Amino acid sequence: MKELMLGNAAVARGLFEAGCRFVSSYPGTPSTEITECAADYEEVYAEWAPNEKVALEAALGACFAGARSFAAMKHVGLNVAADPLFTASYTGVNGGLVVAVADDPAMHSSQNEQDSRHYARAAKLPMLEPSDSSECLEFTKLAFELSERFDTPVVLRTATRIAHAQSLVELSPRARIELKPYGKNPEKYVMSPANAVRSHAEVEKRVAALREYAESSELNREELRGREVGFVTSGACYQYVREAFPDASVFKLGIVHPLPIERIRAFSEKVGRLIVVEELDPFLETELRAARVPVAGGKDLFGLLGELSPVGIRKALGAPVPETKAFGEPIPPRPPVMCAGCPHRGLFRVLSKLKLTVLGDIGCYTLGSAAPLNAIDAVVCMGASVSMLHGFTKVRPDMAKRTVGVIGDSTFIHSGITGLINIAYNRGVSTLLVLDNAITGMTGHQQNPTTGLTLKNEPSPATSIEKICEASGVQSVRVVDPHDMARMERVLKEELEKDEPSVIVSRRPCALLKCVPHRSPVRIDPEKCRGCASCMKIGCPAIRFADKKAIVDEAQCVGCGLCIQTCGFQAIGEVDA
Amino acid sequence: MTTTSVMIAGVGGQGTLLASKVLGAALLSLDYDVKVSEVHGMSQRGGSVVTYVRFGDEVHAPIVDLGDADFLLAFEPLEAARYVSRLKPDGLLIVNTAPTLPMPVITGQMAYPDGVIEKLRARLNTVAIDALAPAKEAGSAKAVNMVLMGALAARMRIPASAWKDALERQVPARFLELNRRAFELGNAY
Repeated sequence: MKELMLGNAAVARGLFEAGCRFVSSYPGTPSTEITECAADYEEVYAEWAPNEKVALEAALGACFAGARSFAAMKHVGLNVAADPLFTASYTGVNGGLVVAVADDPAMHSSQNEQDSRHYARAAKLPMLEPSDSSECLEFTKLAFELSERFDTPVVLRTATRIAHAQSLVELSPRARIELKPYGKNPEKYVMSPANAVRSHAEVEKRVAALREYAESSELNREELRGREVGFVTSGACYQYVREAFPDASVFKLGIVHPLPIERIRAFSEKVGRLIVVEELDPFLETELRAARVPVAGGKDLFGLLGELSPVGIRKALGAPVPETKAFGEPIPPRPPVMCAGCPHRGLFRVLSKLKLTVLGDIGCYTLGSAAPLNAIDAVVCMGASVSMLHGFTKVRPDMAKRTVGVIGDSTFIHSGITGLINIAYNRGVSTLLVLDNAITGMTGHQQNPTTGLTLKNEPSPATSIEKICEASGVQSVRVVDPHDMARMERVLKEELEKDEPSVIVSRRPCALLKCVPHRSPVRIDPEKCRGCASCMKIGCPAIRFADKKAIVDEAQCVGCGLCIQTCGFQAIGEVDA
Repeated sequence: MTTTSVMIAGVGGQGTLLASKVLGAALLSLDYDVKVSEVHGMSQRGGSVVTYVRFGDEVHAPIVDLGDADFLLAFEPLEAARYVSRLKPDGLLIVNTAPTLPMPVITGQMAYPDGVIEKLRARLNTVAIDALAPAKEAGSAKAVNMVLMGALAARMRIPASAWKDALERQVPARFLELNRRAFELGNAY
């Protein structure tokens, strides 16, 4: 029987069916559900690691020990895991090792739009790219076979429209795969220069062997239909091309590195014009042009930005597109906002009020940069708030008492700790805020080392943020409830005044956690409301203004009462105290 | 059979994902090829959220493109206006009349357009429903999504039994009765 399955769930099913034993990942949209779904299979050990580098190294260790192993991450996560990836390419594997990376063209939930395919070429690894859920499942299984056959980690690349699209899959039982024997083999596993020199030569031979495999593999297929135009494409773009030009010939790539150059050259000779359809960078196009395959069109037609679509492809090729209607008036955008009751709101209101310079980080609290809070100056990557704070205050000591970093609990564990050690070690004076909301929020509530629960919801010793800070050499560590804005402001001013590094742990659980009770909506007394709009400064989606009075949206208000603290006229009150 | 496209547009937290799951499950039981596309993460935090459901003999793209939707199911008037260009010129819009103000409107940077529903009616085949009232009647303001699904179901050629099974499979047991009632109230529109 067929099932409708999310691409990510299908990758997880592939892990199960391939006999994969070990999964270690760090959550990141659009890759997160692979690991969540893998955890639902009892036979698969699955965990959240503190970051992607740790995840990949853990998977590498499990693979050396003889198990089929796996790590998943989003595109920017592969930057973090790039160090082990490049040298794992040299060691090769024992049990199969598959690394899934999910790109996010159009940046639905990311800070950049990098094209992870470059990693396959740079690290000299085979990369498979499925075009629907069925291929997610099959390619995952095949990736383990290729990994063991060619002694290489294999990268499985998806993107938002594959990872977060559901389509039909057929299920098979789990394969019985025993642990491979482990024996000491320093020539293979110890990447000292002398061994690595030999390994590099092996890697180059492997790339040649993989190229030969790609030339014959069924993962790459020629679909001959009309011969006027022939498309070379892969992944979601394959589906868009089929939709846009159902009668055209297509060379569909399942292996995007290394490319079956000679088969594509032969395909080009059967069609009038060869068009390369790919999102983001000219990865396929550059390889084909370098091999002098006659490419008639590619990035000159489709550009380098965002996602493609069937209509976009037709338009680029000058084909007619469907008629559409328009609303005909400007429509206000609807950007994401901090939820009603979000524990970060009180803190960001204080930062905004004090007009501090704020180095931010990746997570829900990035939303503190939006109006009306406008509280964040810079956001770059996981952990960067802490390290940037140090550099910023070193060269502008005059601003040190007006500058802070903000980072979430999971992000702090991911890559904030080393930055904090740098501050303490190099005699910094920075003030860091760790926003502990008891969960990894933005990716949809994953456990992390500070929550005291594992991915499979088993109890585990909770990492203490305070003790890590103290052990790093920070003497002044304080814990404050951000809901108490007056106290937060007082403590913040005290810590900023100190000529030493300090950390304030802003602690209150995410309002969306089931353990956080919601209360009745607050009530605004229109007689007392003077229309000063102080309550509007916290940017709560549950308060709006009409006829110069504040109004509470009862459907959204969770009764957190933060707005009560903003009102100088006691116009806002709780219903149930 | 050619591919039929349904686009569901709403505000993060309104339950567009559950709606698309129920529709996907109903279609699957009828042996269609089905693709459903969602976006998770950042956009769920009160932002504009869309999901796509496409079905037929063989479906390629998982997304609903410009001028492609047979049905646009909008949980909020502004979100209907935002995506009218996805509808086929003869496509059907089903829209909830209750507005949810986006932050740029709340902060006064922009105005919520006047008379959105009337303007939509003037341009498109439109079914406008105040879904909040029946949702509350069914037991929760949060059931707006199922009221609208019920209204969509009344206009799609999918047997009632397929909807019933899909609801049972996709909705957690303790919310099933509430969602079933909301669906039925919507179905009567």
